[in-house]
Amino acid sequence: MSEQRELERSPNGRVEPGEHTRGPAAPRQPLYRQLEGSRGVAEAVARCRPEVVCAYPISPQTHIVEALSALVKSGELTPCEFINVESEFGAMSVAIGASAAGARAYTATASQGLLYMAEAVYNAAGLGLPIVMTVANRAIGAPINIWNDHSDSMSQRDSGWIQLYAEDNQEALDLHIQAFRLAEELSVPVMVCMDGFVLTHAYERLTVPSQQDVDAFLPPYTPRQVLDPADPVSIGAMVGPEAFTEVRYLAHVKQLQAERAIPQVAEDFAAAFGRDSGGLLHTYRCDDAETIVVALGSVLGTIKDTADDLREEGMRIGVVGLTSFRPFPADAIRAALSAARRVVIVERAFSTGIGGIVSADVWNATSGLRQRPAHGYTVIAGLGGRPITKASLRRLFVDAVADRLEPLTFLDLDRDLVDRELRRMGERRRSGPTAENLLRDIDGRGRL
Amino acid sequence: MAVQQIKFYQTGSFVVGNRLLSPEQRAVQADPGRANALTCGHRACQGCGEALGARYVVDTALRAASNKVIAVNATGCLEVFSTPYPETSWQLPWLHSLFGNAAAVATGVAAAQRVKHRDDVRVLAQGGDGGTVDIGFACLSGMFERNDDVLYVCYDNEAYMNTGVQRSGATPPAARTATTQAVGSDPGNLFGQGKNVPLIALAHEIPYVATATVAELRDLEAKVQYAMSLRGARYLHVLVPCPLGWGSDSSETIRLARLAKESGLFPVFEAERGEITGVSKIRRQVPVEEYLQPQRRYAHLFGPSPRPEVVARLQARADRNIERFGLIDDEVDN
Repeated sequence: MSEQRELERSPNGRVEPGEHTRGPAAPRQPLYRQLEGSRGVAEAVARCRPEVVCAYPISPQTHIVEALSALVKSGELTPCEFINVESEFGAMSVAIGASAAGARAYTATASQGLLYMAEAVYNAAGLGLPIVMTVANRAIGAPINIWNDHSDSMSQRDSGWIQLYAEDNQEALDLHIQAFRLAEELSVPVMVCMDGFVLTHAYERLTVPSQQDVDAFLPPYTPRQVLDPADPVSIGAMVGPEAFTEVRYLAHVKQLQAERAIPQVAEDFAAAFGRDSGGLLHTYRCDDAETIVVALGSVLGTIKDTADDLREEGMRIGVVGLTSFRPFPADAIRAALSAARRVVIVERAFSTGIGGIVSADVWNATSGLRQRPAHGYTVIAGLGGRPITKASLRRLFVDAVADRLEPLTFLDLDRDLVDRELRRMGERRRSGPTAENLLRDIDGRGRL
Repeated sequence: MAVQQIKFYQTGSFVVGNRLLSPEQRAVQADPGRANALTCGHRACQGCGEALGARYVVDTALRAASNKVIAVNATGCLEVFSTPYPETSWQLPWLHSLFGNAAAVATGVAAAQRVKHRDDVRVLAQGGDGGTVDIGFACLSGMFERNDDVLYVCYDNEAYMNTGVQRSGATPPAARTATTQAVGSDPGNLFGQGKNVPLIALAHEIPYVATATVAELRDLEAKVQYAMSLRGARYLHVLVPCPLGWGSDSSETIRLARLAKESGLFPVFEAERGEITGVSKIRRQVPVEEYLQPQRRYAHLFGPSPRPEVVARLQARADRNIERFGLIDDEVDN
């Protein structure tokens, strides 16, 4: 399954209503509203008729479950149980119980919350429960930081969940509807990752599909196995060395099946709703591109705009937006990068001590190419909510095209600030708390 | 004329009792048609109090709910000995997720029943003392606070037996465990403030809280039966001696459970909506030594260098329970 889907989006990356030609029946003209991302996601989730929604508050995910709680309370979303739990660990656990008992279950979290529920995140995947969860991406402390990056969901990379990253709010909405279908088709949980604040709190022109259309797209949940007194089954047995490897291998097979199912579901979605959302990855102006930038999430919009500017100046640059990070679409990445001379990977998280997380997967995927991209650059950007500006990206891409980049670059790193703190650490054993020292330095420079 | 209620004092007494009772009052375990939900072939140790307790609890719950019960199990001995893949001893729908989340998973199962209008299907959660009073405590308290329709049963053997007898929040003072060894100037577990989860459950003012032991199985059955007649969060805390962890003979399980109660160290009571509604009186009070001495986990209190002052502190705890719960009638009760 190697076909990358070349989507001819409008320059802002969005397919305008009426533009699409795919699909048998022309869908109704969608109703657009100016909506907050969180509100849009909540409404889309409600259209998926979740039967149990559990929630624990954490920024920037809160608006989603607040809206859902109101929809349940008012009776607009029924039948549905909204459960306020005592922790994210509790949230995922309630979802596990509900899903195993045959109910469609949904929750949302971010950051510390995702890490707090980590044990149950793995467990849900191991039990094959098709739970859908929104991750409103946010940094992990310490230092505590409520702003956006991808450290949280990347930390759950190996949990067995499908991970889909939304580029904008319309895609975030659409991915949730696709997520329930994927999850239930494959009996595997799905995380829909959307950038915290950048998307969750942004107001955009959105269309929420009608209940009728979602019902036609998403059949009722039929669990693979269910807790039923009429047909008792034991779920969650202890498995020793004699079968554990096989169980884990099957989890991998499940992800490979997902790699085939994700484009299929996206195609069905496009046919039903007239929008190209989801899929494994999107390519943008890659056809003749010498330099290809790979990224995921909301930064793709800025990257495409920057690429457009550079194209006008004659630079042959293209963009690959990863929607599916797990399963990692290795074949599609290989196909997309096969003709590129250099690849720049912009990541909003990193693995301390080595560098890029997405990069490692991309290099792994391209290692089998006869003609590998000659140059590969990893760029860590936008950590803890630092804005990724067009100006910075422009400088970065210009340097990349001239092959003046280090293999690992931290975009807009304040080298002076870092050097001061390193000096302090070298001079004094008790140099004090790093984060506070840096802030004091910034303050001293009059930048705060 | 007041009817004298028949009392059952000893294990096995249901055999006698059943003859005196009408069929519907007879013990669940005396019924050949019982669910036998934790069926034979599991891998519990000889004399396991937890296996015995679970068998009575689950069969009684099943009878009370016309066999429509879903069980959720925390990680622990009960989970491990009952479901070594690909075998299972459970004859009812059963789900094990993690060590610390049985109460929350049960909430989810209960929510699914509610949303599907399956009020007839009841939810039972089970865990050991580690999974209940320590790692699963937050989820348990959340389930209580929301008053979710779950009967949670804690089988308390007073330490992490499954991992090799380490101290839990329910381990009594002075007891030797793998992490509170009987060495040094203060051998065994420290004298902390204790963590009385039945009383903490009571403070949540949930519909029903009860304690029981595997020495009085009719009492245990009656409490499960009653708990199943109620809706909302219910908590049952069952003392289940562990021959392996306590260092006791496997034939002593029942007797030790009885002595725990008769010494006053383990008060047996019931409560509804935050008020204690009944206590099981001590019939023949015994000094705590009688309970402690047969257990090797307390061997350092006796033997060549005895520690009577520690035994006295334990006796003081028993006395406080007796006082607090009114475990001894002033007038002699025959």
